Amino acid sequence: MSEVRTLVIDGKDVAATSDQTVLSAAKENGIRIPTLCHLDGLSDVGACRLCMVEVDGSPKLFPACATKVEEAMVVTTTSERLAEYRKTVIELFFVERNHVCAVCVANKNCELQEQASSLGLTHFELAGLHPSIAVDATHERFVLDQNRCILCTRCVRVCDEIEGAHTWDIMGRGVNARLVSDLGTPWGSSTTCTSCGKCVQVCPTGALFEKGRSVSEPKARRPFLPYLVEKQRMGHD
Amino acid sequence: MTGDAIAGARPLADNAVSAGPGGAEAPSSPRHRRQSEPLVPAGPVRASANICQAAGCLSMGSDQLFEELRESVLAAGLADVAVRRVGCLGLCAAGPLVEVPEQGRLFERVQNGGPVREGELFLSLAGERLGGRSVAGDPFFSRQVKVVLERCGSVDPESLEDYVASGGYDALAKAVTTMTPDDVIAEVVASGLRGRGGAGYPTGLKWRTVAKATAGADGKFVVCNADEGDPGAFMDRSVLESCPQQVLEGMAIAGYAVGATQGYVYVRAEYPLAVRRLTSAIRHAEHEGFLGHDIAGTRFAFEVEVRIGAGAFVCGEETALIASIQGGRGTPRPRPPYPAASGLWGCPTLINNVETFANIPSVITRGGGWLSAIGTERSKGTKVFALTGAVVNTGLIEVPMGLSLRQIVFDIGGGLADGRRFKAVQTGGPSGGCLPESLLDMPVDYETLAAAGSIMGSGGMIVMDDTACMVDVAKFFMDFCREESCGKCLPCRVGTEEMYRLLDRISSGRAARAHLEQLEKLAAMVKATSLCGLGQGSPNPVFSTLRYFRDEYLAHIDDRVCPAGVCQISTDPWRGTVAVPVGAQAPSDGGSQ
Repeated sequence: MSEVRTLVIDGKDVAATSDQTVLSAAKENGIRIPTLCHLDGLSDVGACRLCMVEVDGSPKLFPACATKVEEAMVVTTTSERLAEYRKTVIELFFVERNHVCAVCVANKNCELQEQASSLGLTHFELAGLHPSIAVDATHERFVLDQNRCILCTRCVRVCDEIEGAHTWDIMGRGVNARLVSDLGTPWGSSTTCTSCGKCVQVCPTGALFEKGRSVSEPKARRPFLPYLVEKQRMGHD
Repeated sequence: MTGDAIAGARPLADNAVSAGPGGAEAPSSPRHRRQSEPLVPAGPVRASANICQAAGCLSMGSDQLFEELRESVLAAGLADVAVRRVGCLGLCAAGPLVEVPEQGRLFERVQNGGPVREGELFLSLAGERLGGRSVAGDPFFSRQVKVVLERCGSVDPESLEDYVASGGYDALAKAVTTMTPDDVIAEVVASGLRGRGGAGYPTGLKWRTVAKATAGADGKFVVCNADEGDPGAFMDRSVLESCPQQVLEGMAIAGYAVGATQGYVYVRAEYPLAVRRLTSAIRHAEHEGFLGHDIAGTRFAFEVEVRIGAGAFVCGEETALIASIQGGRGTPRPRPPYPAASGLWGCPTLINNVETFANIPSVITRGGGWLSAIGTERSKGTKVFALTGAVVNTGLIEVPMGLSLRQIVFDIGGGLADGRRFKAVQTGGPSGGCLPESLLDMPVDYETLAAAGSIMGSGGMIVMDDTACMVDVAKFFMDFCREESCGKCLPCRVGTEEMYRLLDRISSGRAARAHLEQLEKLAAMVKATSLCGLGQGSPNPVFSTLRYFRDEYLAHIDDRVCPAGVCQISTDPWRGTVAVPVGAQAPSDGGSQ
């Protein structure tokens, strides 16, 4: 089973179990590492690269969400270089799709927006890609607006790991990667979707939202997940 | 046995049509391809025509040439002349190639479809007049040291008998009957062999790691990575097309060493000929007991299956390759855990490149010390390169590590074609870099190449003359990376696209110095934060061209001139150079793709 590991995060001595990630050990000790694709209760994919941290003795950076703690590890979660990279990460998210906060349902409830403001990103230097993507409003209760999608795959994972439906997946490569339901058919005609709405709750931006919501209305209830996971685990035991 | 085995192979003739070079074999179905057996005289052989049957020469009609030459030799009653099919002869751009080893002659661009009997090859075979190119003393041949390609030009790629007759499967027999798995690993460690897929990880160390790992629910696996995809690279393809048995033997030895009983070869569908030869090689080897159960009379069992990739470049990355073999989307995952600990279906998995496995039989038969005597202090053995671009001798070469770039380009490559001036040599594909003339005397080994801002890579080597624009070259490779990015992690997905657009801006004379700064900043970020080697390596062509050819970038920006005359300079008055404070964007900045 898991053993105890002691390590140093940002100069602070920390004890953790060997199955913990750097991210969860940091969180337990009040050290905040910015994340987007990570969500407590879901598996980690290390896709957004926002939680990259420095580890002494390696020139490489490590994703805190997907790096297990090791004995005597010395982790640095904030540095000038990391701050600059994180700003660029957020900037790349914004220029990739068509994010217009003023008319977005998630305005003021958006994790991307939150990260941008807390990292001090005030403007973009890179050119916007402005892809032309249609909105899928075929589902009777929910809408998928890919213009706001950051491909964090939280919805894919929650649908697969918690709901067990695996309605969502990713299609295409590179900047042409798109979230698809049921092999690329409209969401409304999905035969696997249970309309549970978990994907909508975990979406960090306004890409998945309930119909009838207007701009800036509070929408997500994300903390429900650890509870569900815990219930599921207890059910299995 | 040959005919049956090939008929059982996957019908890939349709693929071959679209796959370019492989297209030549499309008209005849695999079933009918090998009608005639090679011509081997019963008595002493005075001269033999070894006709290359790898993809390059096949596309020039070397299969037809074989038939015609065979007929002509028979008709002329030349009883002491052999006509054989062999693997790659090296000078791929000059096909069809025929070597007459007894006379030390190589015939290039041998005409077929015409009167074969009047050609210089036939006259040579008949002993009337010596023709072709002399092999002895030609630096293209004399500078090379062949370990991996040892049998390429002498054994029939589709004949197990040929392979065995040349000492094939001796190494496997030796390993399983006289050595313990530990002995085998010790020999590989002693050889100093490093991964030939590009990263150069010590092979022996990797083997030992997998050997020490606790077997998973399905045991352990050995995987051969044949998902070669660098632009201009065809090393693995040639090895698989020329001598697939050597790779299989290497894999079986690896299986014995690490304790695996199942192997996979992950090869791309764009290599139909390699897939077919590999599939038939596996069937032959199983039929003759070199693979399967009770190998060499021992209890060691090892089976190999072919898995065909759909052509995504990222599937050459080991974790993406594993996902693809398992039937998932080919996307990488963070490491650790490394495949050596948790690979295919969560089991310890040894993944090596085609060329690495092809080195193994020699390491076992001749000993690790033999291989480590070749090469440099830290890079042992030889490396196969696909030498292409603006050189006289284009083709497949194998050189000892530590040979200088100058020797490769000017001795083996024969210098620049059309008397042009050397400008740069690109190594390592889209994760590699461009090296200038001033570095020509640099020895080719893992560390030196890395220090110069390039990488060894899998072995693509593209020589460029003064008609090449280095900004355009960087843009070409960035275009490749953005196309091939899987889209999983953000820096690679969007970063490569943004870098491509910045390079496009520079190459079309629409950039300010601020854009160059932006490019450098973004390149550093993508390199440091991307998930896998594809993204981490994607800025390398930009870094290396900026390091050695910065003046070319500045010419495009400040003077709006492409010194090589390659790039189309925009005449748009709103070219964006006015908007120096970045963020303020000129109208021409729209998201046109």
